[in-house]
Amino acid sequence: MTSLLDRKKKRVDDLAESAGTSLAADAFRRMARNPVAVTGAVIVLAFVLLSIFAPWLAPKDPFLRYPELLENLRADSIPGPQPGFLLGSDEFGRDFFSRLLVASQQSLVVGVVATLFGGAIGMLIGGLAGALGGWVDTLLMRLTDILLSVPSLLLAISIAALASRGSQTTVIIAVAVVSVPIFARLLRGSMLAQRHSDHVLAATALGVKRRTIVFRHMLPNSLGPVIVQATLTLATSIIEAASLSFLGLGDPDPNRAEWGLMLSKSQSYIDVKFELALYPALAIIVVALGFTLLGESLREALDPKNRR
Amino acid sequence: MALLEVRDLTVVFERKGTKPFTAVDHVSFDVEPGQTVGLVGESGCGKSVTSLAIMGLLPARGARVTGSVLFEGVDLLTLPDKQFRDRRGRDLAMVFQDPLSSLNPVIPIGIQVTEVLERHRDMPRKKAMVEAAGLLDKVGIPDPTRRLSEYPHQLSGGMRQRALIAIALACRPRLLIADEPTTALDVTIQAQILALLKELVHDMGTALVMITHDLGVVAGLCDEVNVLYGGRVVEKAERHELFAAPRHPYTHGLLASIPRLDAPRGEKLNPIRGSVSDNIPWTEGCAFAPRCPNKLDVCVRVTPEQEDIGGGRLLRCHNPVKPPVVEEVSV
Amino acid sequence: MLRFTIRRLLQAIPTLFVLSVLVFAWLRSLPGGPATALLGDKATPESIASLEKIMGLDQPLYLQYFNFLGRMLSGDMGNSIISADPVLEEIGRALPATIELSVVALLIAVLLGIPLGYLSASYRGRFFDNATIMGTLAGVAVPVFFLGIVLKYVFAQELGLLPPSSRQDADIDATRVTGFATLDGMLTGEWDATGNALWHLVLPAIALSSIPLAVIVRITRASVLDVLNEDFIRTANAKGLQATVVRTRHVLRNALLPVSTTVGLQTGLLLGGAVLTEKVFVWGGLGSLLSEGIQRRDYPRLQALILLAAGVYVLVNLLVDISYAIIDPRVRTS
Repeated sequence: MTSLLDRKKKRVDDLAESAGTSLAADAFRRMARNPVAVTGAVIVLAFVLLSIFAPWLAPKDPFLRYPELLENLRADSIPGPQPGFLLGSDEFGRDFFSRLLVASQQSLVVGVVATLFGGAIGMLIGGLAGALGGWVDTLLMRLTDILLSVPSLLLAISIAALASRGSQTTVIIAVAVVSVPIFARLLRGSMLAQRHSDHVLAATALGVKRRTIVFRHMLPNSLGPVIVQATLTLATSIIEAASLSFLGLGDPDPNRAEWGLMLSKSQSYIDVKFELALYPALAIIVVALGFTLLGESLREALDPKNRR
Repeated sequence: MALLEVRDLTVVFERKGTKPFTAVDHVSFDVEPGQTVGLVGESGCGKSVTSLAIMGLLPARGARVTGSVLFEGVDLLTLPDKQFRDRRGRDLAMVFQDPLSSLNPVIPIGIQVTEVLERHRDMPRKKAMVEAAGLLDKVGIPDPTRRLSEYPHQLSGGMRQRALIAIALACRPRLLIADEPTTALDVTIQAQILALLKELVHDMGTALVMITHDLGVVAGLCDEVNVLYGGRVVEKAERHELFAAPRHPYTHGLLASIPRLDAPRGEKLNPIRGSVSDNIPWTEGCAFAPRCPNKLDVCVRVTPEQEDIGGGRLLRCHNPVKPPVVEEVSV
Repeated sequence: MLRFTIRRLLQAIPTLFVLSVLVFAWLRSLPGGPATALLGDKATPESIASLEKIMGLDQPLYLQYFNFLGRMLSGDMGNSIISADPVLEEIGRALPATIELSVVALLIAVLLGIPLGYLSASYRGRFFDNATIMGTLAGVAVPVFFLGIVLKYVFAQELGLLPPSSRQDADIDATRVTGFATLDGMLTGEWDATGNALWHLVLPAIALSSIPLAVIVRITRASVLDVLNEDFIRTANAKGLQATVVRTRHVLRNALLPVSTTVGLQTGLLLGGAVLTEKVFVWGGLGSLLSEGIQRRDYPRLQALILLAAGVYVLVNLLVDISYAIIDPRVRTS
């Protein structure tokens, strides 16, 4: 019987099955030839390097209000580019360019930490369900299915709203929880597909211990789809975190440099200086696109249907 | 004039980044009105591609088709798509291998039959429904009126193939191409379907091109047989001739590899050695040479030409099997 | 068909039940408990204790849950802290605005997405196809609220072509009948009101439709490509059917199966996206209620909105399943 949720689940399961037994080297070779994959990889690499070295790359102190900018700061005019200040001032007389650079760190942290947490918990649940089967499997999967049936942004909002005051931590937790059911389903589906595959059946028939089978055979072969999903989740996490920030669920400290918050605050000055909204948004878009391109081409490269 | 004249039909699959692959290589054969012709060979020999090329059903991109396919004097390969569609299903039709996947799962059987009648015989839906019930009855589907409103998944495999045959024969085409119509079916059903096909094409005077890997099917059905190997016709003969005296080592091997019930106990089976993957390109010699028991040095150096060996037989071989000496039959 | 529908309805009940447990648990896990949340950080312990008694929070947990469930079922969701009005009344007032916006956005996504996806599949590998795929990837990467901000800035503020916010111009004095601005105008014959409401819908609906559109295009494309490879399409061509008949009756109908599922899944995205879009365009729908509720931590309101969203989602999925069964006979009979 196929209900809608079943089909939503099946899509995850299909992905789990599709990439099961790929050879990493083979996939890598195909990725290197694919311009889409290379573009994605270059963007991601640039983003990671940029955010790590941002404090040294930033020409000015991103938290300082500069007198030469404040001098020309009015309610109806925010200073534009000028010597020393590549993109001019933000709404408080700080160096907009340096703040943009430093803000990349927040996005990287949110994306990576949320994906790691969500992925780890999801994989733990999915791994247990897939390895043990039986009632453990049924119970764990029922729970994840319910999480899966709530629209993701609303789920994130409900969780973030639990804290009486927004903070980076609540945002990360909210974004991480949203990705848990997806990872859980994915790993479980992948492991179940493995369980019926010939090499696992052969190992079982030879009397290999279950623990060895799980860790030596099933888990390593299930990693492909998980890596694909992690790459895609990085993109959605960054966008979701920005959305929560925009709704006022993030850390409201105006000193903090973060693209989502910068975007949210820029709304009041949109007539005065549109760039204040444009650049943080472009940054989010480019980074999200980079992870998406990388993830999609990775999925394609790992799909046995495309191998020849 | 023959009903269908296939001349030098060549299909090359091209794909960016891969070597072009010649699936069908200068294949020529004729089909007379009402005649049944077999195209025989193991999987990958190009027989299905040949049939799809004749029907114009190969994907427009990636497949380059050359040569000519004259149907009643009209070259189908150069026929504009619109005019080809006017003929397909009316003058020439096809029955496919897998009846489940060849029927649309979300449309009732009745509509799938009537849409041919509406298209080619200008019948209104109501009249077409009556005709469709008659057609289903004719192909041996019990309770045809009820079946009209059922979906493919509600029918058995044999019933589905009968429905496909009904669809193909709805407009009494002059040529029917059957591509392995029985491979997906149970053995008992296979015989029924073959008998049905034989009866129907006989009644309607429809010519039949039977595509199969099964020499048993050929023996029961075909007037003339073309044996394909590696995309080329290696032997062509009238049915009895072929079975009595196969000349090409490949044909000989195919016949010898059929297990015989009357063989003495303990006699070994005689499979053909190797597989299609051992082939060498036809341009360098004989594609079958690596698997051939009769191989000579010349076979891997010179491409064998097709020769007329008399009696309407064609052969492509440097070192054919000797025709058997007619033995005195001792009672 | 009727039996199928009833069975589906029955299957939705456990989901809703578990969701109610989750929302209850959510309320209970508020910092300091619901009473503190209601009274705010500055409340005295005495006032909190007395409110907890009034709210029945001193009772055993399972009784609390049944009380909670009873109140929910009888439609009592409490009063909003911000407006002091019953939450359900607030929601009732704001609901038409959100439905209007979501329906129009979904219509745009479906009516544009399916043809685009189909065309993209037909021109597979050509420039049009590649451009469409890149467009959809980029479409998913653009945050909805930023698209809203840009549209508003360019078309409303800079070019002055379209209204920047709200559902109707302030000087339009429309009679309210259903609460749906577009419908009310039609019902009362105030066509200028309908026109004005539609005019206001353009920008927010486009912004909200972006992600569902991108997803529908991609699913349609993939689905059409799958169907084009099916044997029964070869059969249809072998029958000599006209190309248009093959495309509509055989390709499209089968290709729409996965698409219909996707459209159902999109309602979840729409509900989330509506929150963001409404904030940008000061729309005054459920999204505005929600974001205001978040700012002020108005928990009764948030609780009702989350339950409502989950309920709507379950209901829409039910509708999608039924429509799926209409297109696909295999689901009906299995």
